[in-house]
Amino acid sequence: MRCPSLANDDHGHDDADTGHDDADTGHDSADTGHDGADTGHGNSSSSQSGHGDSGHGDGHHTAPITTLPIVSWKWHHVETPYIVALWILVCWLCKLIIEANHHVTSIIPESALLICFGFILGGMIWGADRQQTFKLTPTVFFLYLLPQVILDAGYSMPNKLFFSNMGAILVYAVIGTCWNAATVGLSLWGCHMGGAMGDLDIGLLQYLLFGSLIAAVDPVAVIAVFEQVHVNEVLFIMVFGESLLNDGVTVVLFNVFDAFVSLGGAKIDAVEIIKGIISFFVVAFGGSLVGFIFGLLISLVTRCTKNIQIIEAGFVFVLGYLSYLTAEMLSLSAILSIVFCGMCCQKYINANMDERSVTTVRFVMKLLANGSETIIFVFLGISAIDKAIWVWNTGFILLTLLFIFVYRFIGVFVLTWILNKYRLVPIEFIDQVIMSYGGLRGAVAYGLATMLDEHKIKERNLMICTTLIVVYFTVILQGITMKPLVTWLKVKRAAVSELTIVEKVQNKVFDHMLIAIEDISGQIGHNYMRDKWNHFEESWMSRVLMKPSARKNRDHLFSVFHQLNLKDAMKYVTEGERRGSLEFIRNESAFVDFKKKFGDEYSEIMPDVTADTSDDHGGMSAMRRDPVPSVSLELHEQGMNGMRETEDVNTHHLLQQHLYKGRKQHRHRYSRTHFDVNKDENEVQEIFQRTMRSRLESFKSAKMGVAPPKPISKHTKKDQQQKMPNGKSLEKSRSYYSGDEDFEFSEGDSASGYDSSGNSFPMRVTYRAGAGIENPAFMDDLDPMSVVQIPPWLAEAELDSSMVAPSQRAQVRLPWTPSNLRRLAPLRISTRSNDSFMMADPSAAQQRDEDQLPPPPSPPPPPPPPHRD
Amino acid sequence: MGSSSSNMNHIPNAQELMQETGFSAAHLLRLYERFEFLDRDGKGELSPDDFEAVRELALNPIGGRIIEAFFPQGQETVDFASFVRVLAHFRPNDPNRKDGAQQDQANSRTRKLKFAFQLYDQDRDGKISRNELLQVLRAMLGIQVTEEQLQSIAERAIQEADLDRDGAISFDEFKKSLEKVNIDHKMSVRFLK
Repeated sequence: MRCPSLANDDHGHDDADTGHDDADTGHDSADTGHDGADTGHGNSSSSQSGHGDSGHGDGHHTAPITTLPIVSWKWHHVETPYIVALWILVCWLCKLIIEANHHVTSIIPESALLICFGFILGGMIWGADRQQTFKLTPTVFFLYLLPQVILDAGYSMPNKLFFSNMGAILVYAVIGTCWNAATVGLSLWGCHMGGAMGDLDIGLLQYLLFGSLIAAVDPVAVIAVFEQVHVNEVLFIMVFGESLLNDGVTVVLFNVFDAFVSLGGAKIDAVEIIKGIISFFVVAFGGSLVGFIFGLLISLVTRCTKNIQIIEAGFVFVLGYLSYLTAEMLSLSAILSIVFCGMCCQKYINANMDERSVTTVRFVMKLLANGSETIIFVFLGISAIDKAIWVWNTGFILLTLLFIFVYRFIGVFVLTWILNKYRLVPIEFIDQVIMSYGGLRGAVAYGLATMLDEHKIKERNLMICTTLIVVYFTVILQGITMKPLVTWLKVKRAAVSELTIVEKVQNKVFDHMLIAIEDISGQIGHNYMRDKWNHFEESWMSRVLMKPSARKNRDHLFSVFHQLNLKDAMKYVTEGERRGSLEFIRNESAFVDFKKKFGDEYSEIMPDVTADTSDDHGGMSAMRRDPVPSVSLELHEQGMNGMRETEDVNTHHLLQQHLYKGRKQHRHRYSRTHFDVNKDENEVQEIFQRTMRSRLESFKSAKMGVAPPKPISKHTKKDQQQKMPNGKSLEKSRSYYSGDEDFEFSEGDSASGYDSSGNSFPMRVTYRAGAGIENPAFMDDLDPMSVVQIPPWLAEAELDSSMVAPSQRAQVRLPWTPSNLRRLAPLRISTRSNDSFMMADPSAAQQRDEDQLPPPPSPPPPPPPPHRD
Repeated sequence: MGSSSSNMNHIPNAQELMQETGFSAAHLLRLYERFEFLDRDGKGELSPDDFEAVRELALNPIGGRIIEAFFPQGQETVDFASFVRVLAHFRPNDPNRKDGAQQDQANSRTRKLKFAFQLYDQDRDGKISRNELLQVLRAMLGIQVTEEQLQSIAERAIQEADLDRDGAISFDEFKKSLEKVNIDHKMSVRFLK
């Protein structure tokens, strides 16, 4: 529906991105240079005297080339893309400046600051040109900027949450928006009739048109503000989902009323109104369907992109954008289309594509979304500095603000009151307040306003002006006050919790339990429906859309397990490299602390590395703030994807820094491809020797009891227990203790006959005692090189591959493990479990040990664990 | 629901049950109809077979455990009162009834958790042992997950929750490990409201 109007967009101003007419104004220096080249006199660049004009070979002038120009000035050749790129750069620099001042962004939301920067930039342009040459045009906004933001929103949408609250979201999005549009329009009209606005040439239909464009809550603005306020997930998904979906309604309403305005009041009859209603459903569902189809298409394509991994991530963007354009072309709701496209494909592409491609998609998605969001806000600010649109009508503007605010509250409260009768978890009063208050208007409203036809609507400029004021009011004022309000009202925040296996298992159990209970009590409820859908999805959609290999390791529980392991492994790398012991695993509580400490301490040791990692630092904090979709919500349902990405990157950097330089093979261990044995004999030997030496060293000291390396005495259970209470407070509240578990699970893994709770206690203790020993390479400072450079498992792996006869480990090794676990699990199992196992059960360990390490003397038994009995 | 009051007479001890479980008369009536439907031989008692006749339950990985939960140890049948008492665990916690008796309601957080806990704790020793956890996991994870992986997961899960390091999850540990989970949301069925 939008497309025709875009095509008819006769206001003709090209904004920055297309700005043809601004080259000569905003960039006079460039232009004079051009002129200079034109006349060809004194232009030093084209040093062939007197023939400078041949210098511009871009064909403006057809002067025959008499001599070869060495350089020439071709401004017009690059003008448009140059200006586009410059504007992008400027906008992003604004963001850079804003983000550098954390004390400011913690009070004023970024979006508001960006708008203010826009004011300043606009003022500068105005000062230079005396007219507004750059502004946000609907074409650029709807066709280039908006899709990026929305695609990201759809792609990182927490699907389960969204669909569980789908009913409520639809009610708000459809009924709420219609309500807002109708009441605002009618009330303004009523006030006009009452004479509150003086002499305006606006009829009822035009008021309704204005109401419809101003009614919709804007996804961009909402995301921008709510991402910084971590409200609880249900509240967030309500506001966010509503803002995404109500676009369909707005656009339809806008188009219907636009058509009505064109028709004129007399020609509107029941048939037209019914057509309008039908068109609403067609536009909304058609758009969603287009998105759905494209989502399936993306999934199918990524199923077979194995051989072009480099560009497979690109398909997501291209097809996503095509879904937007297709819907636009068919005059369906483009935003709904791209939202559903992202939502449909996320699951399958994440499974189908290579892990690196998934990371790429996520990051590029964020980059585009954040980037274009920045541009949108800056241009919203810039657009304001334009004398032409400022038509002041106090009554109209203030009443609009008032009505928007009031009717939003009324709408939300009434609808929630109805919804709460049917909801399992009622929406609380405070949440309703925030929902109402979070009704931010943004660029979509402005874009629609600029699409108004001046011939049909005399007061177009007043409407644009009012829209802008509404946008500024909501984004800046409400945006700033949102955070204090949330704090003051004690709105439930999103708990940023770490996912644990127990919770995940239990959530599954809950799901099954509820389904069973619904079955028993003979009701068809939400859980029942979800169960049915899952079955269908499992048996049909996954089968078609997912790679067979990906399908296998798709189990949620397992993936959480896997993620936790990955995370621990990465912690282990970084910390192990830094410290040379596993102590951190027990001390460390929060990931962020970990990073900080890491950065601090590390900077002393290796400044160059820190520079590298501090980047990641920034990247990570951005991820954390960056809200929505990726972190605050997903943390619950989808685990630590964001976290994982960051860590992927961290690890990648660190590995690059730390691994044996010049031995590229090591890096492949961290690639997802395959865990291949290192072929380089020398290296194998070197690493092996190094490992063995440090091993012996530590065993020696342990045996002789001379200054035993700290971990041995330190990590006995007793100390551990003492440490915990007065340790970091976080430690207690954490529900899992970061890295330990791996080692222990691997121990469980290899312990063939662990059957009851009986023997696990000693095992645990011995593990603790063993922790110091079994990681000797890092424990002492005897070899700084090894401390820095070999992650322990690499060393151990070399040990494995070179020395170890196939033994029980062969049986223990997981027969197959999905993707990355392959490279982690066996490694862990290998020596680590060996040590702890050995201590738990000397005889078995002895045997294993012989199996494993023929050449060195078998390690002496460690000091007996204090709590052995 | 005035019309239901006539039928309420069929339900034994209706008033006491309503008092005890917090179900409304309409709920009780609805459940009673369901109970009678499940009770194919009309004895006023349900046997495990009656539950198993519900087709979907057979597809539920932990359906068997849920059914067991209806039968206190040693009992072969469940009457309507017990049936309702079990279902009362799934009644949403009513925020308007924050009185002292709340803790004893079947739908309190602790009671809900206890119910969930007992799904694991098959031998009723008050602890979820590794094996018990493993059994649940085995039931719930796809066949493609190997036994070793299952064991790893079970191991890890136990370690996450196992605060006193005894290799098993006690109820307190279970409760603690789920303290961030909104049990009331997760363990409530809407129409039993």
